[in-house]
Amino acid sequence: MAQIRLVNLSKRYGAVPALDGITLTVSHGELLALLGPSGCGKTTTLQILAGFLMPDAGEVWADDRVISHPGRAVPPERRRMSLVFQSYALWPHMTVSQNVAFGLELRRMARDEIARHVTRILRVVDLDGYQDRYPHELSGGQQQRVALARALVVQPDTLLLDEPLSNLDATLREHMRFEIRRIHRETGITTIYVTHDQAEAMVIADRVAVMYHGRIEQVGTPREIYDAPQSRFVASFIGLANCLRGRLAGRGVIRCGDLEFRVADSGGFHTGDEAVLCVRPHAVCVRSADSAASPAVNAVVGRLVQQAYLGGHHDLRIVLSGGEEVRAMLPGHAGCETGTQVVVEFPVEACRLVRP
Amino acid sequence: MAELPAAAGYGPISASRRRLDLSLGVWILAAAILVFMVAVPLVWIFVASVHADQDNRLTLANYAEAFTRVIYLHPVQNSLVLAGAVAVIAVVTGTVLSWAVSRTDMPGREFIRMLALAAFVTPSFLGATAWIFLAAPNSGWLNRGWVALTGAARGPFNIYSLGGAIFVIAMYSYPYTFAFVSSALELVPSEMERSAALLGAGWPRIAWRITLPLVRPAILAGALLSFLEAISEFGTPAFLLIPARQQVMTTQMYLFFQFPSRPNLAAAYAIPLLLVTGALFVLQQRLLRRGRFTTVGGKGGVRHPFRLGWWRWPLFALCAIPPLFSLVLPYAALLGTSLSHAWGRGPVPGNLTLDWYRWALVENDTAHRAIVHSLAYAAAAATIATVLASAIAYVTGRRLLPGARLLALVAMAPFVVPGIILAIGFFAAYARPPIVLYGTAWMLIAAFATRFLPIAYSGSESALRSIDLELENAARSLGASPLRTFGRITLPLLRRSVLAVWLMAFIPSLRELSSAIFLFTPATAVITTLIFDLSDAGNFEAVSALGIIMMTITFVLIGVAYRVFGAYALVDRRSA
Repeated sequence: MAQIRLVNLSKRYGAVPALDGITLTVSHGELLALLGPSGCGKTTTLQILAGFLMPDAGEVWADDRVISHPGRAVPPERRRMSLVFQSYALWPHMTVSQNVAFGLELRRMARDEIARHVTRILRVVDLDGYQDRYPHELSGGQQQRVALARALVVQPDTLLLDEPLSNLDATLREHMRFEIRRIHRETGITTIYVTHDQAEAMVIADRVAVMYHGRIEQVGTPREIYDAPQSRFVASFIGLANCLRGRLAGRGVIRCGDLEFRVADSGGFHTGDEAVLCVRPHAVCVRSADSAASPAVNAVVGRLVQQAYLGGHHDLRIVLSGGEEVRAMLPGHAGCETGTQVVVEFPVEACRLVRP
Repeated sequence: MAELPAAAGYGPISASRRRLDLSLGVWILAAAILVFMVAVPLVWIFVASVHADQDNRLTLANYAEAFTRVIYLHPVQNSLVLAGAVAVIAVVTGTVLSWAVSRTDMPGREFIRMLALAAFVTPSFLGATAWIFLAAPNSGWLNRGWVALTGAARGPFNIYSLGGAIFVIAMYSYPYTFAFVSSALELVPSEMERSAALLGAGWPRIAWRITLPLVRPAILAGALLSFLEAISEFGTPAFLLIPARQQVMTTQMYLFFQFPSRPNLAAAYAIPLLLVTGALFVLQQRLLRRGRFTTVGGKGGVRHPFRLGWWRWPLFALCAIPPLFSLVLPYAALLGTSLSHAWGRGPVPGNLTLDWYRWALVENDTAHRAIVHSLAYAAAAATIATVLASAIAYVTGRRLLPGARLLALVAMAPFVVPGIILAIGFFAAYARPPIVLYGTAWMLIAAFATRFLPIAYSGSESALRSIDLELENAARSLGASPLRTFGRITLPLLRRSVLAVWLMAFIPSLRELSSAIFLFTPATAVITTLIFDLSDAGNFEAVSALGIIMMTITFVLIGVAYRVFGAYALVDRRSA
């Protein structure tokens, strides 16, 4: 087990910055997901962690020693880290047990001991009886599990997973999420899991680090990330969010164009600061404009331009007077015709202010 | 499901942790050997070219002499005419054949494809020898047949002419265009042709207006390569043009080495040719690379051949002509001659004998030794080239050393050096101290290995490119050093390719004449040099027997390769 610390890590390819000062700590035995869209720098981070790339600035620490800094990196083979690749990277000229045994052979383990460990780890990943198959004789999910077994059998201090489930079909992917979670619980190995799939990150990880444009936008538990996003990017990347740009007009009041909204918590913003008002579509209320209900706080008028029935809920698109588009997810029918005026209400307790 | 093993830990990878990482040393050594092998002969050509033959002082007089005297300028003109004409004939032939084979329902397509491969591996000097039997002015069988049929005073063919040399070289050169255009045609989706057909175009118009323009870069690349090979060719001009007293640049260089020998003048004469071949090669590579962009439209789904209707058999007859001239007639002539007491008497009873094979394989010590030398030197050269090329391809492919691109360029450089010029460089470099290889087997082995290094390199490089880097990184992250990763993962994955690469270097080494002719001594004669000497002495029956033996070995090896690697392993890689 190891504690991994990234300190102010930067890397550029030519003039393009791939990583722009990443600082992050992964505790002993933690499973942390690096989540972000493609090109956000998560794979570069993993390559630096594994020792295949050298950073331009900053350091990587494993417990109390520096393993990467500019100009010097401990080579991959001496990091006690195992990496599971997106392509699995199983060696096609070796059988399942030869693939898995490779790392143990390098550690000069006795032959019968190797056999014992290989058998045991294959049982863990539920591949008992496949020892003598070649990789091309296995399904995608089985190959995935061989790759996992090969990485785990050497008992690494750290396990790195690079989009390990992205080549599997949807059902298998969901199954494997729980498998990886289970195996992590049983081994307790410090694990860093790279993915672009937010649902995957939420299910698997103890904590999620959301990356964007080579920076870390926010680190937190899945719940914190979803319930309390701190930036517009995090809010819209993790689930859906209505985001209205504005400026703080006073304590708990944000002004977006001609409209004013109250929020429960100013969240560190001061009057005059630029901020983004963020409301989840599920929290938005919509009713007909000519209904007799009394005017409420944070209620504005808009025009319903589109509605679709999606089985579990109704998906509504409303354009406000200033041209801003708002989405609402309603459990039942709103009782409004498309093209009519509606009243949209943002409940105060569901309104959050985040960084633009 | 079982419980996981307790995390007892196996301890660090202490054994390999303390061992020094040797890999860097191995790569640097390979790079150093490569640079030495390629650069030393080339530098020596240049050094020789600026020194006088008589007193070895520094001078530019060699250049002045080589490119002002009419008797030396005439071969330059002949070379240009020869190479230009060969390129045109070879390209037309190769394009028509490749189109017919990959785009139509002509009968015998696979057969024509295999014959193109067979023509590719047959050295043109052997074809030239065969064509002497067929079309020598008076004694050639075709001429005698003509005289017997028409009662004319003499036959119409004279192979001892520039036209004869052009014809022979072109018949062994068309496979380049054939290979390039075929693989380009594989990438042209049928939809492009079908849309033209839907607009009402017939197949001749579609071929001319749609298909061929799409593969134009490949056609041009084939033309340039044919030109490059023809202008570098030594064997065929030596067999056909030296007797006709019509020199080309390569035979002129050979004559510079006859008494009184002028090696430095030859070096000066070689430099401009080297610049031309280098420029042609760069141009050809550009065309091939651009060609990929213009024609790759995905793998184009299912291909629909044109239905030729009653044109099927006439087209087959047309496509059978080049193989008839490059294989059927020459091999019949060689075989017939090798089985005759005296080839002039023709294939009549009483003239038939197996004596020449017994002579070559059993009785004659010189012939016997030449065969053994050929096999041994080719095997040694192929092994050196393969080992070096794999290591260099790994260094350049994985960028393990700075300057990897430059290293790739050095590995490909011998490709543009005509064999005869490489030999001049080897002679200049290794015939005198500090390194004296002349007179030893190593002179030939090193020359063959250098000459065919580019083939081995491009083969290894494309094989390596097919291996995902992640396969290697996986081994690294499990604790394998770079060298161990190369040995345990990369090499085993390349196993089949390594064997193919070895064969690709072995086959041309076995039939190599142009560099061997300068570098051999009586103690190190090989089959090709013996053929050259025997041909000079007029012993064509022995020449034919040796030629048949050499080609039998080649075709057996190709048959093995064909079975193991598939048809295109040997032709296609050269273009990569």
